[in-house]
Amino acid sequence: MAHAIFFYIFSAIAIISAIMVTVSKNTVHSVFFLILDFISISCLFIMIGAEFLGMIMLIVYVGAVAVLFLFVVMMLNVAQQKNQWFLSTSSSGHIPVGLIISTLIFFEIIIVIGGWKYKPDLFDINNSFAEANMTNTHSLGRILYTDYIHVFQISGMILLVAMIGAIVLTFRHRSGVKRQSYINQISRERSEGVQVLEVQSNKGIKIDD
Amino acid sequence: MIEIGIGHYLTLGAIIFSIGIIGIFLNRKNIIVILMSIELILLAVNINLVTFSIFLGDLAGQVFTLFILTVAAAEAAIGLAIIVVYFRNSGTIRVEEIDKLKG
Repeated sequence: MAHAIFFYIFSAIAIISAIMVTVSKNTVHSVFFLILDFISISCLFIMIGAEFLGMIMLIVYVGAVAVLFLFVVMMLNVAQQKNQWFLSTSSSGHIPVGLIISTLIFFEIIIVIGGWKYKPDLFDINNSFAEANMTNTHSLGRILYTDYIHVFQISGMILLVAMIGAIVLTFRHRSGVKRQSYINQISRERSEGVQVLEVQSNKGIKIDD
Repeated sequence: MIEIGIGHYLTLGAIIFSIGIIGIFLNRKNIIVILMSIELILLAVNINLVTFSIFLGDLAGQVFTLFILTVAAAEAAIGLAIIVVYFRNSGTIRVEEIDKLKG
């Protein structure tokens, strides 16, 4: 009973905020509704029994991805660019096509779900991981670092490549900034920097600079 | 209605997936909102994977959800970097005015 009530509350919040992400006029508000969506979905994950993934979604999406979106939105100053797709006149040909395609996709997925629902013998697989009396995090870590270790390392490589790619893309050479040049420092010869002069006594020397 | 089963969660995933598709098609102003719609679609996929993983008792779905999370984070970082570079070069990121490829 309580499970049903919480499910309906969180899923209603998730659906409404997902709609608000797409129709909100201000981009900053869209990012805030995206954060609300992620939080409610992670509450659903925690409720269904996948605690580790719920917490990871909180950390990764709300802590990193949403803040990245907010940062870019504020850096580009596009918050005031209006987002009124339903009022635009020039591109109204996209709206019926998009609505038709998305409702078709929705009903296709619903048909697939109905096929699952009326085939109950598929659910007779025993819970193989719940019998060991371990927490979700424990059992997930147990197979993540053994069976899926190569995929795990490849995902680390993906993150590394993404980080390097983002740095290379947004790196900018400014002209007029004094920089340290290692090759000039290393290849400096003695003859360029040092000059040996004969100094006569009581006369001094004139240095031209 | 009271008993929450696998169908409820899958329907939630389907609704969020469709909203993401609508967001991609109908948004003609701001490309950052399109990236956010892609994030919504990936979130719907995660809901489906976690639901099947819990109800079928196989942890592989949750492991793959972790990897989808990784790829989504990388995709968001690269996409936003491309948007920043494009904005720096051409001064706009409105969807109607991005037509350099003449597609």
